[in-house]
Amino acid sequence: MKKDKLVIGGHEFQSRFILGSGKFSLEMTNAVIQNGGVEMATLALRRANVGGEGNILDYMPENITLLPNTSGARTAEEAVRIARLARELGCGDFVKIEVIHDSKYLMPDNYETIKATEILAKEGFIVMPYMYPDLNVARSLESAGAAAIMPLGAPIGSNRGLLTKDFIKMLIDEIDLPIIVDAGIGRPSQACEAMELGVDAVMANTAVATAKDVPLMATAFRLAIEAGRSAYLAGLGRVLESKGEASSPLTGFLQD
Amino acid sequence: METKMDHMVYLDYMEQVDSDIMERVLDTVEQYDYNTYIVEDVKAALCKDKLDIDDFGALLSPAAMPFLEEMAQRAQKETRAHFGNAVSLFTPLYIANYCENNCIYCGFNCKNKIHRGKLSMEEMEKELQSISKTGLRDILLLTGESRHQSDVKYIGEAVKLATKYFALVGIEIYPLNTDEYAFLHECGADYVCVYQETYNTDKYEEMHLSGPKRIYPYRFYAQERALKGGMRGVAFGALLGLGDFRKDAFATGLHAFYVQRKYPQGEISFSPPRLRPFINNAEENPKDVHETQLLQVMLAYRLFMPYAGITISTRERAGFRDNVIGMCATRISAGVKVSVGGHEEEAKGDEQFEISDDRSVAEVLSSIESLGLQPVFLDYIRV
Repeated sequence: MKKDKLVIGGHEFQSRFILGSGKFSLEMTNAVIQNGGVEMATLALRRANVGGEGNILDYMPENITLLPNTSGARTAEEAVRIARLARELGCGDFVKIEVIHDSKYLMPDNYETIKATEILAKEGFIVMPYMYPDLNVARSLESAGAAAIMPLGAPIGSNRGLLTKDFIKMLIDEIDLPIIVDAGIGRPSQACEAMELGVDAVMANTAVATAKDVPLMATAFRLAIEAGRSAYLAGLGRVLESKGEASSPLTGFLQD
Repeated sequence: METKMDHMVYLDYMEQVDSDIMERVLDTVEQYDYNTYIVEDVKAALCKDKLDIDDFGALLSPAAMPFLEEMAQRAQKETRAHFGNAVSLFTPLYIANYCENNCIYCGFNCKNKIHRGKLSMEEMEKELQSISKTGLRDILLLTGESRHQSDVKYIGEAVKLATKYFALVGIEIYPLNTDEYAFLHECGADYVCVYQETYNTDKYEEMHLSGPKRIYPYRFYAQERALKGGMRGVAFGALLGLGDFRKDAFATGLHAFYVQRKYPQGEISFSPPRLRPFINNAEENPKDVHETQLLQVMLAYRLFMPYAGITISTRERAGFRDNVIGMCATRISAGVKVSVGGHEEEAKGDEQFEISDDRSVAEVLSSIESLGLQPVFLDYIRV
């Protein structure tokens, strides 16, 4: 059987659990990454206090692929500048675009996100835009050069699960890039559900960070994501309606 | 007899913005009678996913007092969801304490005989260097309110100097016009704190006997002008205990709520100071805002606007501060001096009030860590 790998911008990953950092204690980073089998973790550049105290970069294991995000950017222009800064700091070519100018719901601005994606993709970044799941926007992001699409499941930090399920399904069906559910996943079962649907990976932060036992929750997410992936690959069986198959045929009138 | 200025009429140089938020806040507060809420209102508010203005009123009412534990439990969940376990650290630096206002509750009151001073750029640089050695990256520059002694140009120079050592610079100075906020934003300032002290216009008039601070609406609209001037964040607060603290806290929340609706990009935060004893006026006591009431206010802010920051001041004792971070507060000052300068050189001017938590940055840091929270020195990138 062919090895099941996640490929983003030509880079291969075994793990489909992308870790959002920034909501749990930095000392726990390593344990969460180990237990979660995480290979890629986001990094808010605005938290990278380079050379200073509490620099999140100091806590990332060397073999992890960093996904710097542009959190704090309110416009495409600011996102572009933060991405360039991340590259200068040696964080690599991956970038997760976040453009938010709404302090209440923290909803991403899809329009500015497309603009930033286009500029950064041309500059050779591997661009992973965080977006509100809109099929037309996803298509625009794809043609702007995105390497993956990161639709939100629910408002960030809300732990409310796949509220946007039906719209994410459209992206899974229509977009050829990896679809990574980012934001809103509150429980391992929701991560599993997303993977069963056919998304390529799940990102979580708050759900892990707010658990009583953070490293154990990282383990739970790893297992749930693996289970969901296996279920997707296995092909889910039919789910019968509660009454079973209809008994009075509608096509009994046919006479050939 | 000296005729007092009409506290509701703008002075010539004061810009008026196109907004009706003040009328809306004052009207709603006028209607707010916290004694009409009953236990059921509080219970209903606590069951809701999202609190409306009336729920906020219920949580601030005396009927909510027996529900502080429930409020705290829910507040902690909200704080964790929105901020994780991060707690931001900063320190204030008083660069001048000249003041033109006669505010009867304040240690910087222009009638108060205290040592006045302002830091020269050389002195300021030494202070900034000394503070930055503690690892802090976020600084709040404060002045007394004197446009003449500490003018906008002086503050602009101070902000520029501060950006050499700090990634995030805030200002807590007298209210400005939009173009002046834009100038200070250009210089490197990104957030503005202006406290209304009390939202009750009559009480405000009684407390602010003379000086430009007497003009209520100009102060009220400072946050809007700051956001129009490009500032990223604005802080709101009433000095609890000056007027009716429940009404003032209610007004503060509404003010912040309406400003956030109008400027959705603006980052909103609250500061809940309460009156502390101050120099030359030791007999003035905080009225009725004990720790319990203060916590009630902070929890109500958190539940009403779960996405807003809450800063906890060194006016409160260490034990209180350590317990509210992670529960509702998201930002804490450390290594605080409320005199002019005094981090590196001897202080050049007297303190505005007495602080109750004089722990160093390192001590606050280890407290935060021992609580299982994550101290954050930097959560901002200026591009």
